[in-house]
Amino acid sequence: MKKILILSTALTNLAFAAQADITVMSWGGAYGEAQTEAFVKPFIAATGKAVIMVDADNPAPAMKAMVEAGNVTVDVASVEYADGIRLCDEGILEPIDPASLPAAPDGTPAMEDFLPGAVTECAVSTDIWANVYGYDTTKFPADAAPTTAADFFDLAKFPGKRGLRKGAKAVLEFALMGDGVPAAEVYNVLSTPEGVDRAFAKLDSIKSEVVWWEAGAQPPQLLADGEVAMTTAYNGRLFAAAMNEAKPFQIVWDGQVYENEMFVVPKGAPNMADAMEFIAFSTSTEGLRASAQQISYGPARKSSMAEEIIYKDGKTVMAPHLPTAPENLTNALLSSSDFWVDHDAELNERFQAWLAQ
Amino acid sequence: MAEATQELLTTADGRPLKAALAAAQSRAKRRAFFLVLPLLLFIILTFLVPIGYMLKRSFEHDGFASSAPALVAWFGENRGFDPADPPEEAYAALVEDLARMQVEKTTGMAGTRINYSVPGSISMFKKGAREAKNLTPPFRDSLIAIDPEWASPALWRGMASASHVYTTEFYLVASDMKLNDHGWARGEDKERIYLYLFFKTFVISGIITVLCLLLAFPVSHLLATLPMAKSSLLMIFVLLPFWTSLLVRTSAWIALLQEQGVVNDLLVGLGLVSDEGRLTMMYNMTGTIVAMTHVLLPFMILPLYSVMRVIPPSYARAARSLGATSWTTFRRVYMPQTLPGIAAGSLLVFILAVGYYITPALVGGADGQLISNLISFHMNKSNWSLAAAIAGMLLAAILALYWLYDRLIGIDRLKLG
Repeated sequence: MKKILILSTALTNLAFAAQADITVMSWGGAYGEAQTEAFVKPFIAATGKAVIMVDADNPAPAMKAMVEAGNVTVDVASVEYADGIRLCDEGILEPIDPASLPAAPDGTPAMEDFLPGAVTECAVSTDIWANVYGYDTTKFPADAAPTTAADFFDLAKFPGKRGLRKGAKAVLEFALMGDGVPAAEVYNVLSTPEGVDRAFAKLDSIKSEVVWWEAGAQPPQLLADGEVAMTTAYNGRLFAAAMNEAKPFQIVWDGQVYENEMFVVPKGAPNMADAMEFIAFSTSTEGLRASAQQISYGPARKSSMAEEIIYKDGKTVMAPHLPTAPENLTNALLSSSDFWVDHDAELNERFQAWLAQ
Repeated sequence: MAEATQELLTTADGRPLKAALAAAQSRAKRRAFFLVLPLLLFIILTFLVPIGYMLKRSFEHDGFASSAPALVAWFGENRGFDPADPPEEAYAALVEDLARMQVEKTTGMAGTRINYSVPGSISMFKKGAREAKNLTPPFRDSLIAIDPEWASPALWRGMASASHVYTTEFYLVASDMKLNDHGWARGEDKERIYLYLFFKTFVISGIITVLCLLLAFPVSHLLATLPMAKSSLLMIFVLLPFWTSLLVRTSAWIALLQEQGVVNDLLVGLGLVSDEGRLTMMYNMTGTIVAMTHVLLPFMILPLYSVMRVIPPSYARAARSLGATSWTTFRRVYMPQTLPGIAAGSLLVFILAVGYYITPALVGGADGQLISNLISFHMNKSNWSLAAAIAGMLLAAILALYWLYDRLIGIDRLKLG
């Protein structure tokens, strides 16, 4: 089978084999653009090496398929934190030597400069993004606007439809925080059957009013159309809509669930050395800073935040819009890859069954 | 009379005619075969092989079997062991394998395989493998000191089952079965989802097929009977949506049917419904059915049209002139002649609807999910074996329906144009 797959794709490869471009696979959209501006263009300018960006709905399964078929055409891929861990355990990814990552400008070694957990055996963080919720400021008076995770679930005080992502991850955690569980306790509670029941019970309380979304582009659209009064979303999407389209969206950071997005190198990448160089370049202090200037996802290096980061419009100060800003972290939860690697399938089956009831 | 025994017919050059004919025919057959060979190869390479490969995955997984040789050997020798209380030597084999996994970096593969039937085992394997080389006998106690779950009968059942490369586990999971301490059993009600979704998918597909037929029949008849110039124009209206991107069409339905959408605005503007009482037509079953019916409508119209076009109008006229009412004419003369088109269109629409996933994902909301959405979920979560098992069951169900269809209606009556 592998032979056939290799044969059948060999022809396609011939056409591209001549030029040894570094191929980076990412998520496309505003996020892909930000990575192109922050990582790809400066890298080409600095090294003269050619880099091309390709899009995937989710680079992780696409890359896994390539490695299993023995026909790897990407050198670097952008994957979710849990995928970076899982695929590494499954032997799909190339280990990344932490010593290859550049130190901060002041000489702090990379491993001390990165936030805890931002560098794993096979992956390096490119940014930190968050599941937050946002609302339309025209729908609620300024003195009676939602401010906490609990407010999201309070239909009496804040009537109107709610948008929620159709999946268990981050939704169950958010429900528990909305039910008053402190962030530090969430995964302990969720590890017990009673905790899972409690999360679903909280979701039950708003189920009739929920509009479920799946693609990251949907929630800003739902808010803009007035379909929902408030919705969970990836914070960068709400920020982009508010900045670029002047939508009256306000993000509530209480109860945010944040995680690292990671660059990885698949086993058998055609330009391995260049791929490692690209990752080291992109995740340098300057690289992560440049990324945060493009989109409101936080850098995972302390040194990248040493100076004020200004959005690409030249005037907006990014700090308050990043998940990693201290004032946004007062009641925030770092998504646990350990938990979701173990329970993703199980809890999603339960979630789908609950949805269908 | 002896002369009457058959005289062998020969060709001009003296060869027996029969042999010459056979040779000529086999040449022609070979030529024909070479003509279809490219298509045959194409189908085998791009269709049969990948589907076969995918189906193979649904009952084959060596993630554990290949990374835990000591346990595999032990399970092989002790088939009748008691999962509730495995002996110390089993734990010793397990620790040996965990240590090997840590060295060979196969912990994730093995843990993932067990996690399919025993949730929570990936992190147990990781933790166990990290500690394995420091563990001392008795291994049972030292493993349980790390995590009491290592003594769980369900885990041992799962590992024994995973020690075989070939397994029916994925089909069991796809039938809402769960592995517990006593073996495979029906899952709890709040966790059962697959069989319900299979059932729902077939019911919804049936509803969509009927709706498509009801909507397509008059349109196709009009197309077939109008003068050429007008019917061409109408045909373009039928085909235009067909040429438009699926996502665009789906989003258009969202814009039309959502609560702040065009239809609701119109109804509120006309005073038919109040502003608070806006109808919920999107992000539920209604939305899924409406959008999918629209998307699949051309697949019903086209076969119907091609069949109706060649029905001579004189039959209906003859029936009328012999005194049949228009209803009788339709029922006994016209409709039976359109049956091959109805059959073909229904089959096409039904089979397409059963496998649809992007439209339900976007407009389905909570209760508009179909089974293919779960296939896509497991594909994305790297549980390809489970996705393959669900897809295999879907394929089997469709083949069964196809067989039934062949028995009831006859596949030779199918007419696509």
